[in-house]
Amino acid sequence: MGLENTLFESLPDVVTVKLDSVINWARKSSIWPATFGLACCAIEMMNTVSARNDLSRFGAETFRASPRQADVMIVSGRVSRKMAPVLRRIYDQMPEPKWVISMGACATSGGVFDNYAIVQGVDKIVPVDVYVPGCPPRPEMLVHSILMLQDKIMRESVKDRRDTFEPESRLSKVPGTLPVTEGTALERETEVEVAQGEVSRPYTIPSKHERRKSS
Amino acid sequence: MNESLTGFVEALRNENEGWVSGVIDALGEVTVTVPAEFIADACFFLKTDQGFDLLADICGADRGPEEDPRFEVNYHLFSTVHFQRLRLKVLVSEDDPKVETVTGIWKTADWHERETFDMFGVVFEGHPDLRRILLPSEFDGHALRKDFPLRGYEPYSMN
Repeated sequence: MGLENTLFESLPDVVTVKLDSVINWARKSSIWPATFGLACCAIEMMNTVSARNDLSRFGAETFRASPRQADVMIVSGRVSRKMAPVLRRIYDQMPEPKWVISMGACATSGGVFDNYAIVQGVDKIVPVDVYVPGCPPRPEMLVHSILMLQDKIMRESVKDRRDTFEPESRLSKVPGTLPVTEGTALERETEVEVAQGEVSRPYTIPSKHERRKSS
Repeated sequence: MNESLTGFVEALRNENEGWVSGVIDALGEVTVTVPAEFIADACFFLKTDQGFDLLADICGADRGPEEDPRFEVNYHLFSTVHFQRLRLKVLVSEDDPKVETVTGIWKTADWHERETFDMFGVVFEGHPDLRRILLPSEFDGHALRKDFPLRGYEPYSMN
């Protein structure tokens, strides 16, 4: 009766498995997003968590009010230049491992707001793992992006993140100023493509620790 | 022109002839052009004597770099006593964009004047705390000026 009996009968007492796959499985199974809504995309983000779309099926329903407890930051909406340092600060406050989803056209590229007030793509401020197109994206697309992120997490190795914290904290700027990442998203992709000679994940660009792994 | 509004304009004229340099009557709204040096006096008179106790808005306008005077500052007044609206217009040149503050008359003018300064660079003399209000403090230039680039303002380049 039940799973326990089946497992007990069919599996040996000791199972050997790659440490990475266990850790990544644990990480991907509960990606907690930070409670961080910027614009109308945030409404779709709330809808994603609601009963109809039910993001909790994939373990990402617990929106944490504190960035210290969050794993993924969903940038849902346009980022104004005045908000940019705040966003970066929230990102810096999130503990490793952390990921970023850029939700919608505005977060990804500035969208229709091509003016003095809006940051033209949040990847100018924080490294982005998954970009979601749409204006706003449907909840299904956000669910898909979470699945993509899970896929991405499963391909990581614990070793990649081992030294991330210290150098990044040493490089990080005083809150209120705006540290930037190096290279545009496009340049980074080409750089890694050349290094690897193949595109492993056509839908995402490598994040900072992945670039470290490839070099 | 609305008769009661005519009365206010006449009252302004009778108080000081120099305060009214022009009257625009359009779409049922009356705009009085006031020389920049008299704006605070005229506002004080309208508030204390004529019952314009509410300052609804102060906004700037850029008529274009080729115009002189280039900037306008518009004061939208409202009277809760007479239930009437009146607009005062001040013209400022680009070389010397200075207007006397009206924060001493209506406290709400504080943030409106800061916004006008932020977006157009019009300096309100005597303002207690004239700094940017909407844009980040390190912002370069004044965003709603006609010669400010429409796109491509990119201070945070990744390169």
